[in-house]
Amino acid sequence: MQSFLRDAAQFLPLLLQGLKFTVLVTLGSLALSTVLGLVWALMRVSGVAPLVLVAKLVVNTLRGIPILVQLFYIYFVFPEFGLALSALQAAILGLGIAYSAYQAENFRAGIEAIDHGQVEAAESIGMGWFLMMRRVILPQAIKVVLPPYGNIMIMMLKDSSQASTITVAELTLQGSLLASSTFKNMTVYTLVALLYLSMSLPLIAFVGWLERRFGKGARR
Amino acid sequence: MIELSGVTKSFGSHQVLKGITGSVQRGEVVCLIGPSGSGKSTILRCINGLESYDGGSITVDGAKVDRADRSIVGIRTAMAMVFQRFNLFPHRTALENVVEGPIHVKKEPAAEALARGRDLLARVGLADKFEAYPAQLSGGQMQRVAIARALAMQPKAILFDEPTSALDPELVGEVLGVMKSLAEEGMTMLVVTHEMGFAREVADRVLFLDGGVIVEEGAAREVLSAPRNPRTQDFLRRVLKPI
Repeated sequence: MQSFLRDAAQFLPLLLQGLKFTVLVTLGSLALSTVLGLVWALMRVSGVAPLVLVAKLVVNTLRGIPILVQLFYIYFVFPEFGLALSALQAAILGLGIAYSAYQAENFRAGIEAIDHGQVEAAESIGMGWFLMMRRVILPQAIKVVLPPYGNIMIMMLKDSSQASTITVAELTLQGSLLASSTFKNMTVYTLVALLYLSMSLPLIAFVGWLERRFGKGARR
Repeated sequence: MIELSGVTKSFGSHQVLKGITGSVQRGEVVCLIGPSGSGKSTILRCINGLESYDGGSITVDGAKVDRADRSIVGIRTAMAMVFQRFNLFPHRTALENVVEGPIHVKKEPAAEALARGRDLLARVGLADKFEAYPAQLSGGQMQRVAIARALAMQPKAILFDEPTSALDPELVGEVLGVMKSLAEEGMTMLVVTHEMGFAREVADRVLFLDGGVIVEEGAAREVLSAPRNPRTQDFLRRVLKPI
């Protein structure tokens, strides 16, 4: 135990450097996937045939290709088209785009769960489509969407480790570099696992808080 | 004010409206009665563009109702609608429900809209429920909020789609009472209803609809007390004496 603590104190600074990139990748791709996912979902429920078609095509393509392959594509293939990104940029872009498909499906399910009477009530007081979405549908859909959104957040935090494959020195890559140079596999990977948990458990609590916060007054 | 001329509408192969012609004059209260599935609600929904119609024409103050045209917004704000299942916004308080349209659609100053919203809620007997959410209200209270929400748009007419059908019997009276006082103040109303007592007492005219056509129409007392058409006679007998 003592040697574990001694090693831990020695490894922790390096792992915390990796942690910084894990947080950056997660937050960046979370923001991007949320915005993009909302765009796909709104296109999908717009009722405008070409928009619906494009949204379906994009979402199914993204869902049909492994995230790892999408990351490789952006990092290694895009430069051939003149778009060279840093590893961090490519990771945020790749994970953000890949996850936007899952976000979109979640948002669409939330929007479609709202009673059609709400649409009629909004239309009957003269609301246009965007106003109705903003004032009536989305505020109610949030409640439906939050629990799965929380799951997606946690999955993204863990999937940010895939950025290690395109050389982003995040927690998992730092860990495996340390482990292979010191052979202290147990110490290193225990620390790595604990560090992931120290981020995901507060995240789970935060999602629970969000559900309580947005659930207020929205009971039916 | 509302003119329908030869309006037809089909859902798939089923023709719901088979040429409806009729009108509602300013200040008039017209009740639409008839068996379920006869197309009563569909007429209301076509008038404020919640449904499209296939043939004929509907005009409101001379403007053609076209669901796909921008002008529909103006028509909808002039023709408020009250729904069978209230359709209040569950994430907003009673007062917020009432002022939603005035503030966000008509862009009225918030203070003005809120003041009028409170007056309207007080008028439908809900002065103590401004901050209540729909889930905290009874059916009758929710429908009265919905009527206040309709009034807040300062409409030229209100369309009521079976406003008491989803209510427990003991709550029907409070909603009909509010509607009666509106009628007495001269509000133009088109009401789909099964409340024959209300139709007899409040309506100027009654239209009896069956199978997508207007079978009989006339002054409320005449149609309801001495119907001429056998289908109207049969319907009224079944409604007034169910057993």
